[in-house]
Amino acid sequence: MTLLGSIALWLALLMGLWGAVTGFVGGLQGRSDLQRSARHAVFAMFAALAVAVICLEVAIFQHDFNVAYVAGRTSRNLPTFYLWSALYSGQEGSLLFWATVLSLFAALAQAFTSARHRAYLPFVAAVTCLVASFFVAVMLFAPANPFARLPYTPVDGAGMNPQLQNPGMVFHPPMLYLGYISITIPFAFAIAALLSKKLDVDWLVAIRKWTLLSWLFLSIGLLIGMWWAYVELGWGGYWAWDPVENAALLPWLVMTAFLHSVMIQEKRGMLKKWNLALIIGAWLLSIFGTFLTRSGVIASVHSFTQSPVGYFFLVFLLLATAATVTLYVKRLPLLEAEATLESVVSREGSFLFNNLLFIGIAFSVLWGTMYPILSEWVQGTKVTVGPPFFNQVNVPLGLLLLALTGIGPLIAWRRASLPNLRRQFAVPATTGLFVLLILLVAGMRDLGPLMAISLGGFVMGTVTQEFARGASARHRQYGEPLALAALRLVGRNRRRYGGYVVHTGMVLLFVAFAGMAFKTETQATLRPGESVSLRSPYGQVYTFTHVSVSQYDALNRRVTAALVEVSRDGKHIGRLKTEKRQHVDALGRNTFEPSTEVGIRSGLREDLYVVLGGLVNGTEQAVYRFTINPLVWWVWFGGFVLVLGGLIVLWPGGGPPAVQRSQAGYVVKLESKA
Amino acid sequence: MNAGTKFAIGAVLIVGSVGYLMASGIKETGQYFLTPSELAQRVSADPTFYDLGLKVGARVVPGTVEKETATQTLRFHITDGTVNYPVIFRGLPPDTFTDSVEVVVEGRLQRDGVIHATDVLAKCGSRYEAVPKA
Repeated sequence: MTLLGSIALWLALLMGLWGAVTGFVGGLQGRSDLQRSARHAVFAMFAALAVAVICLEVAIFQHDFNVAYVAGRTSRNLPTFYLWSALYSGQEGSLLFWATVLSLFAALAQAFTSARHRAYLPFVAAVTCLVASFFVAVMLFAPANPFARLPYTPVDGAGMNPQLQNPGMVFHPPMLYLGYISITIPFAFAIAALLSKKLDVDWLVAIRKWTLLSWLFLSIGLLIGMWWAYVELGWGGYWAWDPVENAALLPWLVMTAFLHSVMIQEKRGMLKKWNLALIIGAWLLSIFGTFLTRSGVIASVHSFTQSPVGYFFLVFLLLATAATVTLYVKRLPLLEAEATLESVVSREGSFLFNNLLFIGIAFSVLWGTMYPILSEWVQGTKVTVGPPFFNQVNVPLGLLLLALTGIGPLIAWRRASLPNLRRQFAVPATTGLFVLLILLVAGMRDLGPLMAISLGGFVMGTVTQEFARGASARHRQYGEPLALAALRLVGRNRRRYGGYVVHTGMVLLFVAFAGMAFKTETQATLRPGESVSLRSPYGQVYTFTHVSVSQYDALNRRVTAALVEVSRDGKHIGRLKTEKRQHVDALGRNTFEPSTEVGIRSGLREDLYVVLGGLVNGTEQAVYRFTINPLVWWVWFGGFVLVLGGLIVLWPGGGPPAVQRSQAGYVVKLESKA
Repeated sequence: MNAGTKFAIGAVLIVGSVGYLMASGIKETGQYFLTPSELAQRVSADPTFYDLGLKVGARVVPGTVEKETATQTLRFHITDGTVNYPVIFRGLPPDTFTDSVEVVVEGRLQRDGVIHATDVLAKCGSRYEAVPKA
C-alpha cells in the first residue's frame, strides 16, 4: 500500500507540473489542445491524490505500524472514530489532506464553472496545479512523506494525543483547512484575470460562490476550534489569541472585508485594485497560516513541528508574494475605477470604512502575532504581546465595526440625504439607546460590555427594520401574510437578507464576548462533604460541594473522576463530573501526560465550568477550579446563526442572477422616497 | 471639500487610531521574552529587572518538580543549560506540564532569586504527537 501511495504522490507531482506548464502556455498562446491537456491534468492529479489518501487510510485501519506515520499517530486501542481523523492529525497527513482537497476543489472549478467564464480556466488550472504541486513536493522532498517506513515494526503505535481525542478535533482541522484551501480557487481566478487581462466584473461573478464557501468553512472551523478549546483544554475560555488561532482569523478577516467591498465593484465599478489585493492577501495569509503552524517559528502551544517543512513554506511564500505583486503592479493601469466616491455618507463610504477597520484589525493581529520575531530582529530582544494587547487594540476597533454593521445597511448608495437618514435611523438608534438605558438601570457600569450590547441593540434594530419594511412591502403588493412575506423576501434576495442573518449572528457573538468580562472563578481544595460558594454576575450564589472520587479503567485510559453537587441559592440543581484521564497503550503503559475532562453545565445565562486539578496525595481530598462563564452558550448559538446566514446566501438557485439586480430595488426605493 | 478628501480624513483617522492603539498596546502590555541566561545578564547589568513582568522560556529540570496539591503550589527549576532559576507557581498547572517539558513561565523575578510565576505554559513537548520513547 505504501508503495502504491508513494507512486501516486509522484504521479500527482508530474500531473501537477504538467498542468501548470500547459495551463500557462496554453492560456497565454490560446492553444486549445494545451488548454484541454491542463484541464485533464487537474482531474488526473485529483485521482492520483485520492489514491494516495485511500492508501494512507488503509494503512491506518490495518494498523500497519511499520509505516512511521501510522505508528506515530495511532494505536490498536484508538477508537475507530479517531482513526479517520488520524489522516490529518499529523504533519505528513495534513499536507496530503491539503493537496488532495485542493486538487478536488480545482477539479470542481474546472467542471462546474459556467461557460461564460471558460476563458479563465486554463490559468486557473495552472495556478491550482502549481500550488498543489508545491504541497506534494514538500511531502516528497522536505521530506514529509506519509508513506515513509520504519526500519522495524513496533508492536503498537504511540497513540493519538488525548487532547485530539475529542469530536471537535475530528471536524475542526478539516473545516479550517477547507477554508484555507478553498481560498486558492478565488486566488487562481484573480491571477487568471490578471494574466488574461479580462479584468471586468466577470471574474468576480465566477468566484462569488467560492469566496463565500471559504468564508463559511473558515467561520465553521474557527467556531469548532473555539468550542474544542473550551471543552477540552480546561483553562476556562474559548479564545486565547494564540498565534495559530490568529493565523486562522487573519484570512477570515480579509475575506469578510472582501465580501463587502466586492459589492461596491459590482455595483459601481470602484475598488478594482483593492478587491484584487484583498483576494491575493487572503491567499498569502492562508499560506502564511499554514507556515506558522508547520514551522514552529513562534513559540506557541500549537507549534507542534520544527522541521525543514517550515523553510519550504517560507521560500514558497516569498516566491509567491514576489510573483503576484509583480503581476499585480504590471496590471495596475488596467484597473482604473469607473466611478468616484460621490459622498462619504453613502453605502460605498460605509463599506470603505468597514474595509479599513477589517484590514486594521487584521494588521494589528498580524503585527501582534509576529511581534516576538520582529522585535528580536530589530532590537535583539524578544518582546511578546498577549491577550491584553489584542483586547486593547481590537475591542475598540471591533465596536466601531459593530456600529458600522448597523449603519451601513441604513445608508443609500451614492449619496444619502438628511431626511432619508432621519427616517432610516430613528428606529435602530432608539432601540440601541433603549437597550443602553435598560443596562444602566440594571446596574451595569462597564464601558466595553455596555457599548457592545447597546450597539448590538442598534444593529438588531437595523436588521428588524429591514425585514419589517421588506415584508410589509410584499404584504401590500402581493397580499401575502407577513410571515410568508418575510420568508419569500429572504428567498428572493438571499444575498442581502442572508447577510442580515449573518449580522444577527455577529451581534449574538459580540454580546457573548461581552459576557466574558463578567467571568468569575475560584480555586478550592475540598474534602468530601466540604463546599465552596461563588456569586454569579446576576447575583445568585452557587454552592459547589465535593461529593466523592472514583477511579476506574476505560477503553484506552485510566480515569479519576470527581463528583460535585451544585446548588443555586440553596436549591439543588444537579451534579457535575470532572475527570483526570491517564491514557495507556494496549500493554497498560502510560502514554502522554494526563488530560482533563471539564465538567460543564451550560445554560442561557451562564455556564458552570468545573476542573479537577488533582487529588491530594491519593486521598479523596480534591483540588478544583470553579468558574462561572456568563453567556457562553450564545457564542455557539450566534455561530450557528452566522453559519445559517452564510448558507442562505450560498444556497444555489432561487433569485435572479444577481450582478446588477441584487441591490437595485433598494436604490430605487430609497431615492424615490428621498 | 469633495468626498474623496473627506474619505481621506476618515481613513487617516482610522489608520491613525489603529496605529496609536497598537503602539500604546505594545508599550503597556509588551513583555520581555528571555532565556535564563539572558535574564541573568540583564539583572546583573540593570537591577530594575527584578520585579518586572516578563516571560522566561526554558526547560524544566528533571527531578526538581515538587507539587503540593493541598496548597496548589508548584515548585520547580528551569534551565537553558547554563543558568538555572527556581520557580514558584500557585495554581493548576496545564495538563501538558511534566518533568523536562519546555515551558514558558510568566511572572516576576523577585530579589530572593526566585521567579514568582503568574502563569505556566507548557510548550506541548509532545507536539501533539507521542514522544518517541527510547
